[in-house]
Amino acid sequence: MNVIDEIEREQIKYEEPPFHIGDLVRVHAKIVEGKRERIQVFEGYVIAMQNSGIRRTFRVRRESYGIGVERVFPLHSPRIEKIEVVRRGKVRRAKLYYLRERVGKAAQVKRLLK
Amino acid sequence: MRIRMIGNKIGMTQVFDESGKVIPVTVLKVGPCYVVRKKTVDNDGYSALVLGYGDVKEKKLRKSEKVFFEKAGVSPKRILKETRVNPEELDNFEIGQEITLEIFKKGDFVDVTGKSKGRGFSGVMKRHGMSGAKSSHGTHEYFRHGGSVGASSFPSRVFKGKKMAGHYGNETITVQNLQVVDVRPEKGVILVKGAVPGPNKGYIFVSHAVKKQAAVS
Repeated sequence: MNVIDEIEREQIKYEEPPFHIGDLVRVHAKIVEGKRERIQVFEGYVIAMQNSGIRRTFRVRRESYGIGVERVFPLHSPRIEKIEVVRRGKVRRAKLYYLRERVGKAAQVKRLLK
Repeated sequence: MRIRMIGNKIGMTQVFDESGKVIPVTVLKVGPCYVVRKKTVDNDGYSALVLGYGDVKEKKLRKSEKVFFEKAGVSPKRILKETRVNPEELDNFEIGQEITLEIFKKGDFVDVTGKSKGRGFSGVMKRHGMSGAKSSHGTHEYFRHGGSVGASSFPSRVFKGKKMAGHYGNETITVQNLQVVDVRPEKGVILVKGAVPGPNKGYIFVSHAVKKQAAVS
């Protein structure tokens, strides 16, 4: 009925995000270098998700050579080739911003054991 | 030939383009419009089409309106709007002819006219984007004012056009050169990049842009 809902539905790739907060994920993102297109893999912890529906984004944090790097991806973006979950994380909150203040081993998320 | 189509604003959303970029779009229901009357140079002094849009119940019409639509042989329309056409092109149209949104193509530029949301009597911060005054350092009841309105003994008056508080919104505004991102005839909507004046469901008028044409590919 609602045209806007229909337009948004068409573009949605996942009903539910294929990961949870705290999971270690590998995001295969397409990037354009000059004219060539290649896939770059970004691995890190999902520390936050924001918005809903087609506007949903997720934030991935990793430590690279001692410097924290965060990237925000639109969940339904066609530029994301695939999202792999490397391992599940055991966390008790929805936003893991406290990881920013931690370095080294303390910045890790415990593995979720079933 | 520019035809000014009538429609409604449905609302805003976002789409991903081919390269994966997010584009903010406004969804506009456009047409179908029907030619209700042709104005000719001989008869009216200028040439134009009167387009009708949106059905209305017959019992809501006055008798004069009812007869007007009966004579044209068109079902009663809620909105009538003239669109100027050249006298030579007037013959391409017949009364009762349907004009659909397919006159717009993906990539075209359009001008969209709407009536902006009424904001009533607004202060200078909202109406003119002034920055107001400091909220500390001894300020007393002077937070959202516009400051001085001019010098004193010369000129002894306030200049015309001084930005002050007053009625804001509820005026006809045209936004030019919005790009058509997508045309979806099956749903009767077009998607244009960017914002359009007026509330959702508000009436809008869409025509090809005066100042910009789509690059011929």
